[in-house]
Amino acid sequence: MKRLRRTMMFVPGNNPGMMQDAYIYGPDSIMLDLEDSVTMAEKDTARLLVYNALKSIDYGKTEMVVRINPLSTPYGKKDVEAVVKAGVDVIRMPKTETAEEVVEVEREIERVEREIGCLGRTQIMAAIESTLGVVNAYAIATASKRMMGIALGAEDYCANLKTQRSPEGMELLMARQTIVVAARAAGIDALDTVYSNLNDMETFRKEVELIHQLGFDGKSIINPRQIEIINEVFTPTQKAIDKALAVIAAIKEAESKGSGVIAVNGKMVDRPVVIRAQRVIDLALASGVIKKEDLV
Amino acid sequence: MELKMATAGTMESGDIMIQLAPSDHPGLDIHLQSSVAFQFGDQIREVIRETLMGLGITKAEVYATDKGALDCTIRARTTAAAVRATGNDVWSE
Repeated sequence: MKRLRRTMMFVPGNNPGMMQDAYIYGPDSIMLDLEDSVTMAEKDTARLLVYNALKSIDYGKTEMVVRINPLSTPYGKKDVEAVVKAGVDVIRMPKTETAEEVVEVEREIERVEREIGCLGRTQIMAAIESTLGVVNAYAIATASKRMMGIALGAEDYCANLKTQRSPEGMELLMARQTIVVAARAAGIDALDTVYSNLNDMETFRKEVELIHQLGFDGKSIINPRQIEIINEVFTPTQKAIDKALAVIAAIKEAESKGSGVIAVNGKMVDRPVVIRAQRVIDLALASGVIKKEDLV
Repeated sequence: MELKMATAGTMESGDIMIQLAPSDHPGLDIHLQSSVAFQFGDQIREVIRETLMGLGITKAEVYATDKGALDCTIRARTTAAAVRATGNDVWSE
């Protein structure tokens, strides 16, 4: 079954209290941060906290991601060594602008994996946070077979674009669409940027609805309060599930009879309709709103 | 092993602050302050001791102020203080 990545929750890598409690809120992924949320003076201690937390805390089925510092800093290679040795699921690269940067991180991951005998275990995702990164989105998305997703980082992107974020997000539309298209073409996931105003949940919901409609798999978040709204928006409605089940049932019946084009409730069902229906069912199964036993 | 005075950690909930200082006699003197010292004091001291011994530090004054840290946090903060005190990093790069 496809892994859900509706919510990827940022947790500062220098805050042990938050690191130990994060999974209680049920995000699909937890992203321990060694980059922007950690001061330069505390990079060494945060790296050790993250390493020991990954080794010791039982996060259950939650996907564990660590945002490392760029390899161009004195911290990046040590971050890779620490988190690969700790068994992280995914390394998130910040401010990725070219495919070469991904290849360089992959090389470091491989070096550590060979040393400890677990070649191929660690996945990579890249945050795209600049205009150059957006232009190179597909090259980045396909730079390594370890790539599991690309994400938009809107704050740096807007600064680079010489604008600022608006509630409607028009300034991000091209970047968002480019990232989704690149991710889909590469067969990996697309994750949207954070929304940081926790006092405006109405605008947050609108943004989640927008990125859901654009085709994103999920969103980076900064607070557990944002999880419920995203799960609500990303979970198929009962009406959508019923319709999808009817489509799949009809297609199965048509196949058994050897007939070609079919119709459900007077509407033609062709391949894209079936693909969409299957995706609704996959999402409903992964969200737990239906069970495999319901699919007869 | 030569040590200089070094500190790692914070006084926030779920954390522990570890300070290492040179000692003029053999052994690890661990001075622990913790609101859960009565229940977990021995365990906290043992994690600190094990971590320091594992890093080859056998002679130091250790001042630990615990705010309800898990073992993994105690290990991380003790290691960080030791790395700062000795200048020997635990990572290869």
